[in-house]
Amino acid sequence: MSEVMRMEPPGNPVEAFLRSDRMPHIWCPGCGIGTTVNCFARALLQSKLNLEKVAVVSGIGCTGRVAGYIKLDSFHTTHGRAIPFATGLKLANPELSVVVYSGDGDLIAIGGNHFIHAARRNVDIKVICINNFTYGMTGGQLAPTTPVSAISTTTPYGCFEQPFNLPYLAESSGAVYVARWTSYHVRQITHAMGEAFRKKGFTFIEILSPCPTLYERRNRLGDGLDMMRYFKESSVVRHGASTKEVGLSMQGPIVVGKFVDVDRPDFLSLLNQQLGRTLDAQYTGCERENVCD
Amino acid sequence: MKADPGGVLTGTHFLDGDQACCEGALAAGSRFSAGYPITPSTEIVERFAQRVPLVGGMFIQMEDELASSIAILGAVWAGAKAFTVTSGPGFSLMMEHIGYAAMTETPCVIVNVQRGGPSTGLPTLPGQADMMQARWGSHGDYEIIALCPISPQECFDLMIEAFNLSEQYRTPVFLMMDECVGHMTERVVIPPADQIEIVSRRFTKLPRAEYVPHRAGPDGVPQMVRAGAGYGFHVTGLTHDEHGYPAMNVETQHKLVGRLVGKIRDNAEAIVRYEENFLEDAEVIVVAYGITARVALRAVQMARERGVAAGLLRPVVVWPFPERRIREIAARPGLAGFVVPEMNYGQMVREVERCVAGRAPTVLLPHAGGTVHQPEAILDVILQVEAGRVSSASAGALAGASR
Repeated sequence: MSEVMRMEPPGNPVEAFLRSDRMPHIWCPGCGIGTTVNCFARALLQSKLNLEKVAVVSGIGCTGRVAGYIKLDSFHTTHGRAIPFATGLKLANPELSVVVYSGDGDLIAIGGNHFIHAARRNVDIKVICINNFTYGMTGGQLAPTTPVSAISTTTPYGCFEQPFNLPYLAESSGAVYVARWTSYHVRQITHAMGEAFRKKGFTFIEILSPCPTLYERRNRLGDGLDMMRYFKESSVVRHGASTKEVGLSMQGPIVVGKFVDVDRPDFLSLLNQQLGRTLDAQYTGCERENVCD
Repeated sequence: MKADPGGVLTGTHFLDGDQACCEGALAAGSRFSAGYPITPSTEIVERFAQRVPLVGGMFIQMEDELASSIAILGAVWAGAKAFTVTSGPGFSLMMEHIGYAAMTETPCVIVNVQRGGPSTGLPTLPGQADMMQARWGSHGDYEIIALCPISPQECFDLMIEAFNLSEQYRTPVFLMMDECVGHMTERVVIPPADQIEIVSRRFTKLPRAEYVPHRAGPDGVPQMVRAGAGYGFHVTGLTHDEHGYPAMNVETQHKLVGRLVGKIRDNAEAIVRYEENFLEDAEVIVVAYGITARVALRAVQMARERGVAAGLLRPVVVWPFPERRIREIAARPGLAGFVVPEMNYGQMVREVERCVAGRAPTVLLPHAGGTVHQPEAILDVILQVEAGRVSSASAGALAGASR
């Protein structure tokens, strides 16, 4: 028997990060969420983070199911509330790296208030937002990201509401790191996630993803592959672009890149600084061993 | 175990119920709270925000009650003992996370300093109209524990008990105060830390490979872990199997919901707590809780002064309800009936009626809130019941008599 034949099969390097016993996953063929999870696993692999100290928090929706497939401490919370849950988790145990992985409807519509306030406070959580322009889990309704003129089940004659420009919203609310990529840009996503892991404070990565079953089909945009072709051909990399200028339109150009990377003390640093200054020696800090039982 | 002396303000104090409640949380070992301002509960977290940095913890004011009620759950999964406080409208907003906490078996304490409702109602004045909301407010089937203090001293004592019960049964526990008790200032004795019993979180000692997150012990309660401890566990509000994974099928639903309900119902006798006054020979039984019980006690004393054998049964734990005790009393021969004054239009009276099951007249003395009952109004009903002038059927005629 040769040396080669005795070797273990090479195996997928990201498998160690996934709950294989939960496969197959619920996502449709052509959906981009799984692609981003692959990037996430690779970013974790490269990050050298202690995985026992990484927690993933999701809300509700297709992307909300990410928490259930990642082999870390993971929380599938209520609709829109992944960020405040993550805030409590992080503040009570600051040694955790807390990632919020959810969709555009969950984070920006029902959870929009929490999004802007967590960014304002600069809570040290890593928000990954998969934007598929619609509500996938419930059957393709209007999202706060649905482009003008797009058809959804609740705008059967076309959307006429102005969608949110998510990077602009994140930056103006106070995020210290803001990037946008599409599920076509797998290396860039992985790189951006790595940067976010290393950054202290509220970071935001928007990843555009196809929803072939509900968004593309209803808008006659083809299948998942056609959307990937659109992502590839219409994306323009403009690092440092003004977030005000990166709004999206129906099948229009997509500005991608890292838009914001600034330093600002995070919530806990400011809290410790303020209380330390005011209370002096009386303040022992809110370290984990004190807050936790 | 005993309380951490760092958080215990041992001594005799002059505190209002809100302040005493905060001291109870600190004595219970809570070092994390998230809240949103709402009258008349805010003073609890105002004091906490001032006190907790001195004992190694933190308070965060969130953007709304949706956020505060789930931020505490995140903190609990990090290993903290956590609570939030609210009133009326805020309590309504928290309902989804009460269900989430019940479903995920996340121990936490939610304080509701009740005010007059519905809607914005009477922000600065008392009510007791959230009692059924506490029991049934979140969608789906679950059981709950709720305690009802009548004094600042009890706000302190029962806050500790609320934390202990939440840890014991891994469930959200309500401290159902009211504006009167919250803003009433009285003597509060805080004992030394070594005289305060604390129930610790039921953390597993099993290694990761052997730990099954939702496999319950004989009391129906599974052991817990915390994030960052190396267990790689999953928590979801979806119907989940013993491993914590979503499982959308009838069998898993029956097993899970059955256990969530059963762990409280089957242990109800151990959880139930009530206080009895003049009950041994009583022919008219007043059932009252919270501030109304203090007024009712005066009415009972006035009845006794007139030679009427009245007594008071006060549920200290209101959920689960003291069913067995009321059934026992209802079976007494010669009983004239039950009188239930409450600051609402008839909530806990339904529980009394259910337990009495027609064996004696049960009379509601409703009050829309804004102030407490007059003792004379309760006395009047006691006397009518004693004289046999009230049947269950005519009880409705007394509506409004309390003003």
